[in-house]
Amino acid sequence: MEIFLQQLINGITLGSIYGLIAIGYTMVFGIIGMVNFAHGDVFMLSAFIALILFLALTQLLGIASLALAFVVVLFASMALTSLWSFMIERIAYRRLRGSFRLAPLISAIGMSIFLSNLVYVLQGPRNKALPPLFTEVIKVTHGGGYDVTLSLKQVLIVAVTAVLLGGFWFLVQKTSFGRAQRACEQDSRMAALLGIDVDRTISLTFVIGAALAAVAGVLYIIYYGVINSGDGFVPGVKAFTAAVLGGVGSLPGAVLGGLLIGLIETFWAAYFSSDYKDVAAFSILAVTLIFMPSGLFGRPDVEKV
Amino acid sequence: MQGPAPIFPNRSSPDSSVSSRFRGALTEAAKAGAIMFGLAFPILAWRTDQNFSNELYLQSRWPAVLAAALAAFVIRFILAAFPRRPARAPAKAEAPPRSHAIAARFAGSAGIAALIAFPIVMLAMFGPAGAQKWIDNFGVQILLYVLLGWGLNIVVGLAGLLDLGYVAFYAVGAYAYALLSTHFGWSFWVCLPIAGALAALWGVALGLPVLRLRGDYLAIVTLAFGEIIRIVLTNWTALTNGDAGISSIPRITFFGWPFVAGPHGFAALFGLKYAPVHRLIFLFYLVLAMALLVNFLTLRLRRLPIGRAFEALREDEIACRSLGIDTVATKLTAFAMGAAIAGMAGALFAARQNFVSPTSFTFMESATILALVVLGGSGSQLGVALAAIGIIGGSELLRELDGLKAIFGDAFDPTQYRMLIVGIAMVAMMNWKPRGLIAIRKPSIFLIKPKPVVGALAQEGHG
Repeated sequence: MEIFLQQLINGITLGSIYGLIAIGYTMVFGIIGMVNFAHGDVFMLSAFIALILFLALTQLLGIASLALAFVVVLFASMALTSLWSFMIERIAYRRLRGSFRLAPLISAIGMSIFLSNLVYVLQGPRNKALPPLFTEVIKVTHGGGYDVTLSLKQVLIVAVTAVLLGGFWFLVQKTSFGRAQRACEQDSRMAALLGIDVDRTISLTFVIGAALAAVAGVLYIIYYGVINSGDGFVPGVKAFTAAVLGGVGSLPGAVLGGLLIGLIETFWAAYFSSDYKDVAAFSILAVTLIFMPSGLFGRPDVEKV
Repeated sequence: MQGPAPIFPNRSSPDSSVSSRFRGALTEAAKAGAIMFGLAFPILAWRTDQNFSNELYLQSRWPAVLAAALAAFVIRFILAAFPRRPARAPAKAEAPPRSHAIAARFAGSAGIAALIAFPIVMLAMFGPAGAQKWIDNFGVQILLYVLLGWGLNIVVGLAGLLDLGYVAFYAVGAYAYALLSTHFGWSFWVCLPIAGALAALWGVALGLPVLRLRGDYLAIVTLAFGEIIRIVLTNWTALTNGDAGISSIPRITFFGWPFVAGPHGFAALFGLKYAPVHRLIFLFYLVLAMALLVNFLTLRLRRLPIGRAFEALREDEIACRSLGIDTVATKLTAFAMGAAIAGMAGALFAARQNFVSPTSFTFMESATILALVVLGGSGSQLGVALAAIGIIGGSELLRELDGLKAIFGDAFDPTQYRMLIVGIAMVAMMNWKPRGLIAIRKPSIFLIKPKPVVGALAQEGHG
């Protein structure tokens, strides 16, 4: 029971990170119907940006307050990652709308290869490790010689995720941008006829997806403390799995899918085998796509002739 | 760095005066410079390094950031200040001149002749010991990639199924030979068809449930399968010895005569003086023969009903279904063919290396093979071969240059730059000519006078 509770806490933390990345996949897929394969690498890039900014703030500027550094790093890496994603959409994807079916995906794969190798070339092949941050631990319960703990960073991750998802929900549901975004998702040609700037809406969608991925990147570097230029791939695929599981195009689905993937992965690692935890996520991806392609909340994909 | 050149639409209108055009160009250029600065800011400006107590510290590289921003500024300014003349109306699809086809055929024959001569030329130039490196690292390695590229071309180029886990079948073939030969002592010649058949079997087994998915889902699921196979190979240590891999795989034999010194070896059989390079030359011609066989098969395939069905399926799945083509069976055939070729290539790979480990079968390997197909122009056999020579041979050549090591330090690894360039090239290719460099398809059936169809004009449905 204690182990279960501990794994539940760990799983929800991990799931929050996956959920944040998954939103980027699901929004982009919803609006232009492409799998943004480079999104995982955008996440990795944001973690690197966060790492470097954190070091710059603490070492070069000598900021002692961890909380202040965290807030600055969070917003700065959201902004910088958004800029990257904005430019990626402009350069690699915009001209490919209406091209042949696989062109955007291949372009995105190229972008993914480019990003991970760019970071490799610029930052070197080694793992980059931060000293542990927010290490305070709260003991929740104790039983069977096993402490169930809740660390400050876990609280921080879940809280930041919840707050930002709230803001994001407000943005999509209550603002004019959100209305335009939802309209483009349903029928972009009709939205364009009604005077919505579809290109701008798509750009903003990429920006928002990247900003949330950047939050995930900052939280990831705080949680694990280590990042490598190859680390975008596996979390990217898992977050994509989360988006598929929740139903591609559905925002609550992406968050729920992220939590589910996080929980499944942690429980799998705890009770079965940690060697095969990635296999669990990849298998869920395959099984969901084969047997339940519209996921939990997705609209069925109707083929029109 | 990639200059953000084609990003902002050129807003200068023809009647605007020169000075306002320059002012506009300056604003655009300033924007581009600022954006480049923002992109480069933390990731290029500081390099993270570890000191002796394993703590990270920052090394600043501000000149590089300034150079990048300045480059973006200048390029953008030139593009905006001196706009190209408005593009002409797209020319009508002209029939490519006959000389084009003849040139392509000539290039093909010349290429094959050059390949056949390659080991002999290398032997003549570097002697039996010096030629080993060239025949092995350049000849055999590039040809293996050509073989893989042509195999994947059947799946991606002909049938239009994006397979991101192609390397899984390569791994199945390699491990099939490795395990069968080390455990049961089976010879390479028995294992080669078995490796192909096993990979094809896996292709069918994996393909059967996933091939009814739409294109990009299929790509992701094949990626997942590829990763699952790699993880299983890594962790099933009882069978595969995990990351340590399987070593001392028997070397290839000349139809039973091993390439060893002594009375029963290949050299003795032909009365030659023993040299290790014989084995490599034989391997080279073997891979070349396999590749040419696959090429011949593909060219024939395009004239067969099943090959036509592949291409029809790539263009419009719904139309195919309504014409009564069994789409699942057709896709499975393409998938199994590609897998079988990868499996045999895997057996050849294991025989070349005498060693297999899961690290040879990562997603990056799949991506490299896919890049060969994409950059070579999906569907073009010659293009794939040229891409393999350029990408694989190019980075091997960079590795050979000692001068570069002196500049970049001993840790210089051109493979990383290779993938960086490959990534950019894939994006550029999709933006520029998504149907590939040589996107001319001749219809297989025509009335009286053949009319070539330019790929760019071919519309497609969303199947």
